Amino acid sequence: METGKSKRDYIGFAFRQSVPVMLGYIFLGIAFGLLLQNAGYHFIWAFFCSLFIYAGSMQFVLVNLLTAGAGLLYTAVMTLFINGRHIFYGLSFVEKYKKMGKAYPYMVFSLTDETYSVLCGTKVPEGMEEKKVFFWISLLDQSYWVLGSVIGALAGSYITFDSTGIDFSMTALFVVIVVEQWMEQRSHFPAILGAVSGIAWLLLLGPDEFILPTLCTCVIILILARGRLMPGAVRERG
Amino acid sequence: MPISVEHSVAIIAVTALCTIFLRAVPFLVFGGKKEVPGVVSDLGALLPSSIMAVLVVYCLRNVDFAAAGHFLPELISCLAVVGLHVWKKNILLSIGFGTVCYMVLVQAVFV
Repeated sequence: METGKSKRDYIGFAFRQSVPVMLGYIFLGIAFGLLLQNAGYHFIWAFFCSLFIYAGSMQFVLVNLLTAGAGLLYTAVMTLFINGRHIFYGLSFVEKYKKMGKAYPYMVFSLTDETYSVLCGTKVPEGMEEKKVFFWISLLDQSYWVLGSVIGALAGSYITFDSTGIDFSMTALFVVIVVEQWMEQRSHFPAILGAVSGIAWLLLLGPDEFILPTLCTCVIILILARGRLMPGAVRERG
Repeated sequence: MPISVEHSVAIIAVTALCTIFLRAVPFLVFGGKKEVPGVVSDLGALLPSSIMAVLVVYCLRNVDFAAAGHFLPELISCLAVVGLHVWKKNILLSIGFGTVCYMVLVQAVFV
């Protein structure tokens, strides 16, 4: 299976793909670490949370669950509710990840919003194996998150640089990928469907509850419309 | 620490297990040896474009059109990202510029 590309080539390519996530994850990680530190948990806790949970918005909620001494059932319900959208990400990678070998469990575990987006937007160069590229991107992304959390818990209070607004890098990442997909695909229906149903459910249910109904709407409509959409809808079926 | 170590570990473990479970669901259902059904592979191809658009809405879910400072930074920066990306097609440039633009707007312009 030698492809002539060294581990260094793979890490270099994966690093370039993951830079947008690096910015966001390190700074959001710092914010999380600092918050957890202020709640009375030192950096070892931040390290293990980011290692084993690895879900951005949920970890911020976790700090509240800890300080409130939440019950386990309540914790479970909150997690299933807040992270419910993750169910949908795997659907795009079921076939690919089956061929991942030893890395398969890790790939499934590490499929966050941001990693999902980067993987969807990555065009694997000639001569590189997709599964290795995917693995390194996933691993680098999580290391940024873990690193940020630990820095935040250890030194967050010493950072005087005003980083307000740096989390917009995540929004910008998603916007860029929408633009890329828009330019590549002949049918813009799936993207418009996502935007319209997202806005409609947001107006209807508000910012905390709209994401799951939105994703269910997209899935149902795409299933109904797939006969029309599939032939030539997406140039690369990956 | 507001609560006991055991209780803290239990809360973190439950959060981790539920998150892993959610990420594993599609693989548990369709990841076996059997052929993946056509519906799922079609969804795999079509859904990313929808999801990315939904994630943009998700990131912007807290904008408030009642106050200029609560939607103009987002609007201007998003338009900058789109424009720059259509023009230069450089992912890092688009994200880097968009982020700096947003930071300047929220820190110095719409305070």
